[in-house]
Amino acid sequence: MTASDRLTIAVPRGALFGGTLDLLDRLGVDTAEVRANDRKLLFADAGIVTMRPSDVPTYVEHGSADIGITGKDVLLEQAQRKVYELVDLGYGRCTMVVAAREGGDPIGDALRRLGRVRIATKYPRVAGQHFADTGRQAEIVEVKGSVELAPLTGLVDGIVDLTATGTTLAENQLRIVEEIEVCTARLIANPVAHKLKAERIDRLVERIRT
Amino acid sequence: MTHPIPPGTRDVLPEEMRELRAIGDRMRERFENAGYGEIHTPALEYEEVLRLGDASAAGARYRTFDEQGDVLALRSDMTIPIARVVATRYGGAEPPLRFCYLSRAWRATERGVGEPREFLQAGIELIGIPGAEGEAEVVALTIAALDAAGLRRHRVGVGDGSLYRRLLGALDVPADRHLGLLECLSRRDLVGLDMSVTELGVGQAERELLVGLPELRGGREVLDRADGPVAAAVEGLRVLHDLLEQRGVADRVIFDLGLVRELGYYTGAVFEVYDPAVGFALGGGGRYDDLIGRFGRELPACGVALDVQRVHLAQAAEEALG
Repeated sequence: MTASDRLTIAVPRGALFGGTLDLLDRLGVDTAEVRANDRKLLFADAGIVTMRPSDVPTYVEHGSADIGITGKDVLLEQAQRKVYELVDLGYGRCTMVVAAREGGDPIGDALRRLGRVRIATKYPRVAGQHFADTGRQAEIVEVKGSVELAPLTGLVDGIVDLTATGTTLAENQLRIVEEIEVCTARLIANPVAHKLKAERIDRLVERIRT
Repeated sequence: MTHPIPPGTRDVLPEEMRELRAIGDRMRERFENAGYGEIHTPALEYEEVLRLGDASAAGARYRTFDEQGDVLALRSDMTIPIARVVATRYGGAEPPLRFCYLSRAWRATERGVGEPREFLQAGIELIGIPGAEGEAEVVALTIAALDAAGLRRHRVGVGDGSLYRRLLGALDVPADRHLGLLECLSRRDLVGLDMSVTELGVGQAERELLVGLPELRGGREVLDRADGPVAAAVEGLRVLHDLLEQRGVADRVIFDLGLVRELGYYTGAVFEVYDPAVGFALGGGGRYDDLIGRFGRELPACGVALDVQRVHLAQAAEEALG
């Protein structure tokens, strides 16, 4: 937990950045400096630290930020983090999906003939859990860059990825075969800050909900 | 040359050791002065004996075999071994019994590199004093021990682990839904809790209780806000508050009606210890009125364990802030 009485907020750069700054404006946090500075990471006056979305649970769990905003996809993948999930913020809506090459049924074929399916993803935990929950044996291949490439080159039979509009998938001749979960932006809190800065956090949550 | 040690363990060198030792000694002295005699038990226990206390042996993960083929486990806490000692060695002693310890415990973790698996714990067990009276003594002594360790801004979160379960019972929530709701509560996934409660299709008043209760935390006033079917259930916490006030430490306590602890043996009040200088709890505990009975002597009890290394972290961070 941060030492000052004020709340330090972890703000995700990337797809959720704009929506998050709009939300903070609505809550009366001055984001002008954050909007004007693309490279700066720490904004002490506004009580804002910016980072990639997947780092937000790390900073909040440790207490380097009291609260933070990140996608449900990140929280699903980092389920072991001890952070409290307080509010579904509604924006940044995406869907975690299983996708495979258009035409035919590469995933079904692999399961039928080889007894297991190879899946590329940036979300190994979510993907592994999804296939385990549905009783299918899967070999999960973790990739860091564009997941869409993996099935096109024959590395895997399908992918698990987050999609907003499906455009990138379609452009790479991939189609959605299963939807795993709808993901939106979430407000999370450090467990200690949630108790010791209860009033401030409750006031913020109250204003987000109204 | 470097040679590895198992993940989650570490070597402590003299400079750190001196500080850890000083903190541990000051806490132990405070415990001893309050009448809590120090106790030592073996690091290795028969696994089946630990399992009497808790089905998962309180999370003990490291096991080995002795020459008889019996399974031995490294203890994961001191509460179960002390419950065993009370039943075995103090079978006829007049309660209350007071014990303290400064001991290591081991737990496995699936977490990242460096996450500790060996802990030095400083703790107390108060056996034979039921209800709020016992809890007040334990909470007040916890605060005093951390004062002695050099902390200034620490607080104790107090809740009742049985509260939500009782609320589910009082509202006639179908039993097959309990587990899902309690899991959301234990992770404080309030978004998931909200969705699960919506699926129940209960009325607005019930909904507000089920979703709102875990958000109630603060001073004495939150106990008044817990009305309806939980009003009676928080009565124990009201009494506890009054007793803590008499001991002059009520302002150090945060009532947290959504607080639950991971271990299965807690039966009522639960505690967690915080310091604003660090983002994680320094320790915790609670009331475990059934545990000693599982070893053959029915006695109410409660206790607290503090992670000495985390206390040291908090003390160093507080010192840095001045």
